Amino acid sequence: MSEHGHLWQEGPELDGQVPLGAIENQWDDLRFSMKLVAPANRRHYHVVVVGSGLAGASVATALGEQGYRVSCFCFQDSPRRAHSVAAQGGINAAKNYRNDGDSIRRLFYDTVKGGDYRSRESNIYRLAQISTEIIDQCVAQGVPFAREYGGYLDNRSFGGVQVSRTFYARGQTGQQLLLGAYQSLTRQIAAGQVEMHVRSEMLDLIVVDGIARGIVVRNLLTGELRAVLGDAVVLATGGYSNVFFLSTNAKGCNATAIWRAYRRGAVFANPCYTQIHPTCIPPSGSHQSKLTLMSESLRNDGRIWVPRRPGDTRSPDAVPEPDRYYFLEEKYPSFGNLVPRDVASRNAKQVVDEGMGVGLHKNGVYLDFSEAMERLGRATIEQRYGNLFDMYHSITGEDPYAVPMRIYPAVHYTMGGLWVDYQLQSNIPGLFILGEANFSDHGANRLGASALMQGLADGYFIAPYTIGNYLAGIDQAAVTADAPEVTGAIADVRNRLSALLGIQGRRTALSLHRELGQIMWEQCGMARTAESLSTAQTQLQALREEFWNELYVPGDAGSLNQNLEFAGRVADLIELGELLVLDALHREESCGGHFREESQTADGEARRNDAEFSYVAGWTWQGEGAAPMLRREPLAFEAVRLSERSYS
Amino acid sequence: MKLHLRVWRQSSVEDRGRFEDYELDDVSPDSSFLEMLDLLNEQLLEQRKMPVAFDHDCREGICGMCGLMIDGMAHGPVPGHTVCQLHMRHFKDGDHIVIEPWRVAAFPVIQDLVVDRGSFDRILQRGGFISFATGTAPEANSILIPKDRVDTAMDAATCIGCGACAAACPNGSATLFTAAKIGHLGHLPQGQPERYRRVIGMVEQMDAEGFGGCTNVGACTSVCPKEIGQDFISQMNRDYLRAVLGRTGD
Repeated sequence: MSEHGHLWQEGPELDGQVPLGAIENQWDDLRFSMKLVAPANRRHYHVVVVGSGLAGASVATALGEQGYRVSCFCFQDSPRRAHSVAAQGGINAAKNYRNDGDSIRRLFYDTVKGGDYRSRESNIYRLAQISTEIIDQCVAQGVPFAREYGGYLDNRSFGGVQVSRTFYARGQTGQQLLLGAYQSLTRQIAAGQVEMHVRSEMLDLIVVDGIARGIVVRNLLTGELRAVLGDAVVLATGGYSNVFFLSTNAKGCNATAIWRAYRRGAVFANPCYTQIHPTCIPPSGSHQSKLTLMSESLRNDGRIWVPRRPGDTRSPDAVPEPDRYYFLEEKYPSFGNLVPRDVASRNAKQVVDEGMGVGLHKNGVYLDFSEAMERLGRATIEQRYGNLFDMYHSITGEDPYAVPMRIYPAVHYTMGGLWVDYQLQSNIPGLFILGEANFSDHGANRLGASALMQGLADGYFIAPYTIGNYLAGIDQAAVTADAPEVTGAIADVRNRLSALLGIQGRRTALSLHRELGQIMWEQCGMARTAESLSTAQTQLQALREEFWNELYVPGDAGSLNQNLEFAGRVADLIELGELLVLDALHREESCGGHFREESQTADGEARRNDAEFSYVAGWTWQGEGAAPMLRREPLAFEAVRLSERSYS
Repeated sequence: MKLHLRVWRQSSVEDRGRFEDYELDDVSPDSSFLEMLDLLNEQLLEQRKMPVAFDHDCREGICGMCGLMIDGMAHGPVPGHTVCQLHMRHFKDGDHIVIEPWRVAAFPVIQDLVVDRGSFDRILQRGGFISFATGTAPEANSILIPKDRVDTAMDAATCIGCGACAAACPNGSATLFTAAKIGHLGHLPQGQPERYRRVIGMVEQMDAEGFGGCTNVGACTSVCPKEIGQDFISQMNRDYLRAVLGRTGD
C-alpha cells in the first residue's frame, strides 16, 4: 500500500464503540444503560429522517409512536415508492420454524462468513438477535407472508446457507414489507406525529459546532430551498449502485445525501464493496436505462454455455454439442452451474471478453433449459419458473421455452456506505445512518434476503433506542435559521444549482452518466487490477472536467426541472466513483465482491490478506483537490474464527 | 423504427396545456416505452428545448411511479403491464402515438405527464393500516391464517398505487384502489378489529378527494397492471353497507 501513499493521508483509527462483555449480552446491556427521554418531553425533540424505504419509514414510524416530532423526506411522489419495494426474494430470520438447526448463532455465523470476514461481529450478532422480532412485527402489520395449509408461516431456502430461514410473499417480499412499513408510517402521518414531505430532495447537511443539526431541502416542484433544523438527522437513503449507470437499482436511486454528508465530514467506509448479481437480462442496446434481475434459482436447472468458437453467429439450436462450451461445468466440475455469485459472474465476463458472447450485441451467455425440460417435462419447469420465464419473454420478446435465455451479471447492491458506530451514529454526532446507506452489516458481500432484514432491524429496533439515548444526553442551544452555518449551507446549494445551470455546454447529464457507468464497469467492475484502477482514475478526472465544462441543463431552478435534479446526482456520483476507485486501489486483496486479479487462488477464488487488510477503510473528505484521509477501524474476530471462505 | 408522437405539454398547474408533435427516428423495438421517451428527451435537449417531464423510478413494474395514457389506454395496449414494462416491439414502424397524463379530477397535472397522486396517500391515511405500535407484536405463528385467505389478501395487496384504475374509469373513480387495501386487510385476522371503521373512513376520503362513484364498468380491472379483480369492489361495498347499517356483528 505504501507505493500509493501519496493518494491519501493517514488518519487516526476509528472506534466502533462496541460495548464490552460477551457478544450475546452486548445489546441488552447497552439498552439497559441507555438514557431515556420521558414520554412528556419527547415532543420537544425534532428528528429529521431522509428516505422512506424500509429503514427510513420504519425509523420515522417508531420514533413517531414514541412521541418524538418527526419530519420525513422522499424524492418520489409517495413514500410507498422507495426502492425497497423492488426486492424479490425474501427476508431472513432465525426463527428455526423448520427445526433444521437454525439459531441466532448460525444466522450470525452465516452472515460473517458470507461477508468474507470484513464486517463488525457485534453488529451482526445484534442483527441476528433482532431478526425474529421483525417477522412478528410485519405479521402484526398485515404483511401477507406465504403460509402453509395449516395456517403457519412458510419458509424457503436461499443461497449461501444450509437452513430454510427465508420468509417471503410470492416474488414481491420487498413490496409487501415496504407497504407494511408505509402503512404504519401512514398511521403516524394521520396522527400528526410524522410530517411527510414528498418530492423533496436533501441537498446538504447542516453541521454546527461539529454536530448535525439539520438539512437543506429542495422542493422539487417549486424549487424552493429551505433549511430543516432538528435535534438529530437520520439518513436512510439507500446505496450507490447507479454509479455504474446500468444496475438493477431504480433510476432515482442516488448518493447525493450520503455524498453531501461525506463532504461535510462524515466518514465513508469501504466504498469498493459492491455486489454483482449473475442472472440479469443483458442490455439490448444503447437505449438501455436499467437492468432487470431474475432470481438466481434459475441456475438450479439451467445450463450455462457459449459457443466454443469466438464470433460464432449460428443460432443456438444449430450449435452441436461438441461446439458448446459449458464453461462453469468444465472449470468447476463439482459445483458446475451452482458456483457462488462472484465466480459465476467473473467467468461470464471472461468468455464475453474473449468474444464468445451471444445475442445481437454479443454481451450475454446462454442459460439453457432444454435438457431440464426433456428430463422434467415442460410442466415442471413452468411450475418452478413460470413467472420468471414470462418476465423474460415480456422484456426480450424471446420465448425461453423455445430458445435459451441470455443472461449477464449486473450490479445490484453496495455494501459500503457511511461509517457508523455500534449505535448507528456516524462520526458526526447527531447524524445516524440506516439501511443500505451505512456500511455496517454485510462486510464485503451481502447474502440474499439480508438487506430487508437489516433495513427493518435498523429502523424499528436499533435506531429508535440509540437516537433516544443521544437525545437524552444533548444539551445544546437551539440553532436559528439565521446562523451562518445554516445560511451558508443554503447559499452553497444555491450556488451549485446555478453552476449546473450556467455551464450551458453540449453534453446531456444522461450521456455523462452513461460514460461514468462505462468507466466504472470496465475498469472497476467484476474484476479489478492496479492498472485498470489507475486508468479509471485518469478517465474519471477527465470526465469530471468534461462534466463541469460541457454539461447542458435547460430551464431554471425555480420549478420542476427533472434534468437539473438528475445532473446534480450525476455530479455527486462521479465524485463518489473516484473515491470508490481509490478504495479499490488501496485494498490490495480480494474479498467478497471486491476482486483484485492480483490476489486470487489457483482456482480463481478471491484471496484475502487478513494480515494487512482486516480493517474497515474509512475515508474522510479533506477539501476540493486534496487527497482524502484514510482512517482504519481494525476488525477483531472473537466469536467466529477467521478462515478461508469455501463452498466446497 | 420511426414514430410520430403527439405529446401533452403543460408547463404548470395553471397552464392550459396543449399537444405537441414530435418525430423520432431509430427507436429500437427492444427499448421500453420510457426508454423511447428518454430518446425523445435527448433529442429535445440537443435542440435546446425543454424535455418532457414524466414520472418513473424502478422501471420494473413494481414501484407504481410511472403511468401514461397511450392512445387513450392507461399503461398502453398490453394488459397486465406498467408503461415501464411496455416494449416498443408492440408498436409498428411509422405509428402515430398519442401520449397524455392521467386525466382524473383528483390527480391535478403538475407538468407535462406528471400528476399529483397525493389523494391516494390521503385515502390510506383514513384507515389503510392496522393500529398497532412497534414492540407489541405477538409471536408470528400465534396468528394462524388459512392459505387461501392469505393468498386472496395477497392478490389485493399487490396494488402498486399507480392510478391507472382511476385514469381508465369513465367516472374517474378510485374504487378499485380503495377496495384493494380494504380487501387486503379485510381478509386477514389482524385487520378485523378496524374493518368497518376503515371502510367508512376510506370511502369518505375517496369521495372528499373528488373521485367519481363506481358504476361497475370494469375498465379499472382491465388496465390494472397487477390485474386486481372486481370482486374486491363487491366486498368493499358489502362491508360499507354493513358498516353504515350498523350490521357488523358477523
